[in-house]
Amino acid sequence: MTTTRRVSLFLTCAADALYPSAAKACVEVLEALGVRVDFPEEQTCCGQPWINTGHPEEARRLALRFAEVFEGAEAIVAPSASCVDTIRNGYAGLFEADPAVASRVRAVGERTFEFAEYLHRVLGVRELPAHPRPARTTYHSTCRTLRGIGLRGVAEGYLAQMLGEAFVRLPDSDTCCGFGGSFSVKMPEISGRLLQDKLRAVQATEASVVTSLDLSCLTHLSGGARRAGLDHLRFRHLAEVVAQALRPEST
Amino acid sequence: VKPTPHNLRRSFRAGARDALSDARLGAALRKTTDLLLDKRAAAAEACAGFGELRDWGRARKWEASGRLVKLAREFAGRVEAAGGRVHFARDATDVAEVVTRIARDRGARTAVKAKSMTAEEVELNDALEAAGTEVTETDLGEFIIQLAGEKPSHIMAPAIHRDRSQVGELFHRTLGTEPGLDVESLVAAARAALRKRFLAADLGITGANFAVAETGTLVLVTNEGNGRMATTLPPVHIALVGIDKVIPRLSDVPGLLALLTRSASGQAISTYVTLVTGPRRAGEEEGPEELHVVLLDNGRSRIAEGPFREMLHCLHCGACLNHCPVYRAVGGHAYESPYPGPMGDVLSPLLWGIEAFPDLPDACTLCGRCQEACPVRIPLPAFHRELRRLTARPQRRVARLLAAAASSPALYRLGIGFVRRALRRPAWIGGRGFAASWGSCRELPCPAAEPSFRAWWKGRKGSSR
Repeated sequence: MTTTRRVSLFLTCAADALYPSAAKACVEVLEALGVRVDFPEEQTCCGQPWINTGHPEEARRLALRFAEVFEGAEAIVAPSASCVDTIRNGYAGLFEADPAVASRVRAVGERTFEFAEYLHRVLGVRELPAHPRPARTTYHSTCRTLRGIGLRGVAEGYLAQMLGEAFVRLPDSDTCCGFGGSFSVKMPEISGRLLQDKLRAVQATEASVVTSLDLSCLTHLSGGARRAGLDHLRFRHLAEVVAQALRPEST
Repeated sequence: VKPTPHNLRRSFRAGARDALSDARLGAALRKTTDLLLDKRAAAAEACAGFGELRDWGRARKWEASGRLVKLAREFAGRVEAAGGRVHFARDATDVAEVVTRIARDRGARTAVKAKSMTAEEVELNDALEAAGTEVTETDLGEFIIQLAGEKPSHIMAPAIHRDRSQVGELFHRTLGTEPGLDVESLVAAARAALRKRFLAADLGITGANFAVAETGTLVLVTNEGNGRMATTLPPVHIALVGIDKVIPRLSDVPGLLALLTRSASGQAISTYVTLVTGPRRAGEEEGPEELHVVLLDNGRSRIAEGPFREMLHCLHCGACLNHCPVYRAVGGHAYESPYPGPMGDVLSPLLWGIEAFPDLPDACTLCGRCQEACPVRIPLPAFHRELRRLTARPQRRVARLLAAAASSPALYRLGIGFVRRALRRPAWIGGRGFAASWGSCRELPCPAAEPSFRAWWKGRKGSSR
């Protein structure tokens, strides 16, 4: 008898405020793969904005809170590579003076995964069904997916399986979209230039759907696309594409 | 604010704005940084065990940064034993005093100089010119920008911001060459002009890529041979060396060189590697009569004691600049420091104070490409975050309030609900401050009309019971 895997969903601020459909898709896909999902409602933010803007004392408070909420979870899954990177790789450094707490947050971090990462590394999903009506789709790697949690080629592999030739690789996918959290408002001119470059690369693919594993990058890209009049572009977390492929009747 | 050469800075953002409006600069930058990073990637790929070599390099530099001052003294002893003179300099003022004194003692009218970022750091040329010694830069890139009256915009490729036709125009105007020359003819023109200066110079001034403590050897890397000329032709050689360049052993040089040249230009080895141990000895036909080594601290021993110690491991290869999306977009001059790009964002505030460069830690998207490319794995993104701690102090109270709210599930949910409503009513947000900055090139996000995840989850749980 195999034991059922259990996952606690970490919603993230971006999904909470802006992209409920990405989180819903995570739940649907995980359940379809036989995973039991729960959602601890006391959860809030992982603290990434405070870490990145030079407020480690304040970030500590949120890191501790995250550990308290999720400590009992078998695994934690979030639709955002930058949040997972923060939890897994950013927390321990906040508690250098307190090794006991550091190892506590490190233990929680080791059980925290990005959605695609959980599918690949934990569930060992190697094949996903073909999407019944694939739209031309590209994929932005995002910095923290590649260099934070070290996930390379996984989402592209899934997309190629589901979408076949409708999946088009994005040129220079490993370069930053220019978001960078506070960078986007502190250095808007440079951020805007990097955004334009990224959108130009997207246009070159002639895709109508842009996917990634980070909702904050998607927020940035979609805001830039609407400003540039690229209203035909849709921005989706990978989980949403997988959810569509798994329930063909509703697409 | 302590006096620095950079009190006249505008701001990074102002410099960046100018750079972004210069399409020619953008094209030149893109072309050369793309070339350099492709070459670096190919060289790293072709070098078996490059990852392990980087770990080894980091360990060697870690060993050195742990006993920086001791190693510098050991190095100094060896230089003197080999017949050289060593001068310890605390800062730019000390360097200027030592070097101008040597120039005066020798009655030196002219100097040829190989590229040295350390010399830029202490503005050595200005000091020499003020003392009446004419300095000629002999690295081709440095020669170009000296003719143009500019500062270097890259630590390895100083004239990266200029394209071929701009150099052609500059040489036509300043050296009297024919207009429209190709690259080869431009290089030939520079060589002809420089050869005369090399032969006539009273002083040769260089930096060093490494300084070997156990032998007192200076190691210089060039592709043009100007380092070798500057260390052999003039009667006096002055080497300005930051104490971070000192490494313990000669046997470490091949490994560190392999890291440096592959990361800088994708070369397995540079065209020239010059090793200098002492001045000309009795019976030798080449080399200077006098060798002076100026060992510069300028805050390095202080940095070695603090959380940014690894910044002293920097090999000055420039790979982080070539990989940085911000540097690639705006080039080096916007930073208004001899050290631009990711390494400069960290090093400039460390050397001259965060007050002088408060905006550089923010000139970073935390994308992590710099750390990925760094031959000695300096944690540059973490260092940017750490420096932001110093500049974020004024926002501390707001940050604390927001953190308190985000720590309370009830307040957090209220906040998220408010954001969802506000984004649907742009009038609530207005068009100033954050909204204006975001809105300069992007629309604000508009949450979909669907119910929030939390409402969906509640409904689902309710219906499944």
